[in-house]
Amino acid sequence: MLQVGPVTSVQDFGRFGGQRYGLGTAGALDRWSLAAANALVGSRQTAPAIEIGPFACRFKVEGGAVRIALCGASRPASINGRTLAFNSTALIADGETLDIRAAQGAVFSYLAMEGGIAGEPIFGSFSVHARLGLGAPFPRALASGDVLTVGNADQSAGERRLALPAADNGPIRIVLGPQDDYFTPAAIAALQETVWRISATSDRMGYRLEGPPLAHAKGHNIVSDGITNGAIQVPGNGQPLVLLADRGTTGGYPKIAVILSCDLHRFAQIPAGGAVRFKAVSVAEAQTASRAFAAALGDLPAHVGDAHDWTISAEALLAANLAGQAVDAQTDNP
Amino acid sequence: MDMSNPPHIKPCGDAALVIEYGDTVDAALNRRVLALDAYLARHPVGGISETVPTYRSLLVHYDPLRLDYADLSAALLEAAAVSGSDSATGTRWRIPVVYGGEYGVDLAEIAARHHMREEEVIRRHSAGIYRVYMLGFMPGFAYLGGLDPALATPRRDDPRLETPAGTISIGGVQAGVQCLAAPSGWHLLGRTPVRTYQPGREPMFLVEPGDEVTFAPIAADLFAGLEARASAREMIAEKVQP
Repeated sequence: MLQVGPVTSVQDFGRFGGQRYGLGTAGALDRWSLAAANALVGSRQTAPAIEIGPFACRFKVEGGAVRIALCGASRPASINGRTLAFNSTALIADGETLDIRAAQGAVFSYLAMEGGIAGEPIFGSFSVHARLGLGAPFPRALASGDVLTVGNADQSAGERRLALPAADNGPIRIVLGPQDDYFTPAAIAALQETVWRISATSDRMGYRLEGPPLAHAKGHNIVSDGITNGAIQVPGNGQPLVLLADRGTTGGYPKIAVILSCDLHRFAQIPAGGAVRFKAVSVAEAQTASRAFAAALGDLPAHVGDAHDWTISAEALLAANLAGQAVDAQTDNP
Repeated sequence: MDMSNPPHIKPCGDAALVIEYGDTVDAALNRRVLALDAYLARHPVGGISETVPTYRSLLVHYDPLRLDYADLSAALLEAAAVSGSDSATGTRWRIPVVYGGEYGVDLAEIAARHHMREEEVIRRHSAGIYRVYMLGFMPGFAYLGGLDPALATPRRDDPRLETPAGTISIGGVQAGVQCLAAPSGWHLLGRTPVRTYQPGREPMFLVEPGDEVTFAPIAADLFAGLEARASAREMIAEKVQP
């Protein structure tokens, strides 16, 4: 790692089973892009890869050739000056340098390596939880000078490419509750009518939303209860905080709604200052959407093709209903 | 309170739901939560990935590919109707504590506030048999019920941004065992070398929700030696017969 920006760390799908002991899950903020990168290099969708934050990074390969795939937040990238295409595999020869610039319009990119990253999982996962000092192969975010041991590329194999549907700009879907009864009807309406801005103070623990304060109907303290990924918690100042992978497991503020698990990856990719709108759906609609998303995730490897035989069907992926409701999150007009 | 009241179920997005028994800190509510949690451990429902018991509710994470919210809610209400109130005690732990001084910087203030000698605060705190209501906030942070009411003290107005690993504290009517350094608004009575959470140790987590905890005062000069043993992955805490 010649140069590593902040919030760049090894992440897989997360660490589960310890939430009853207060152990947070960590895990990739954009599972879709992680799964896509893993599909390209032939790894299982949940395998660990490098989650690259918004700033520039440079990696040098030593001791052999490495095959990589880069997905997620788009940004200029090159291998020894050769432009690197997103959503494709590429070979980095021994001694070559991968140069990744700042992200454009989104936050996190995912760099997967053929053969994976060497390390001992902790409680079943590589995912780095920096605040808790957990993760593999380093119990912290990556830093300049770190050396990661990764798989050797099969140099006889050809390069592959993945057809992905156009980005969905629809509103981020939520299910109201579990404490929506702690808010006024006006606050419930404002949650969905406001064009919120992502605060610059956001991190892997949570994204703060800037907008009009949401009014509580019966106080802002509850007896602590469990917290899920994507819960929208509203503390006393009325400014919502969306809790993400590095959140605590329990908390004492009311949660007005929870973002659908299948929309979390889109939400997490909205940069500081970016706009977001929410749309409440029923639990049944939410579950239909999450089932379609899981099916699309599982189908990713089937949409990986030979980079020279460029006939992959983007329509097939679109048909999996990933695009959702085609409403622009950035306008006032639903 | 009518303890036969059925709990309420609410969605937490598409992949979790919460079963609420009430909205207060109440030993009876917590026993029902832990009873349902134990029942689900004995009668596993395929598709439930993990459960998080808290004071008054059970958070159930599940796979929406395998379970439908309405069906799971119905199954959980049936389970809650027969799971009852957990009367079986879990493991009882004895946790050594160095009280006061640099180990418990609020002991003197708590004693003065309640017009007791420091020894009396220690005696009352270490005489209690506490129940682990829940673990949360940070790995291994145990929220305990059973504090002597004479020691109940509102939380600090100015929470500390950092309190040490192993802190033994009280806040309101609750007591706590804290594993990692963390911010806290509770009052610090002492420290234990015991690590309720330690990666690489088997078991990684020492106490379960529903376990019991007792505290044994130890001399300050024992702390460093016990801390070194804990660092080498010894449990230090002892299991004792209830």
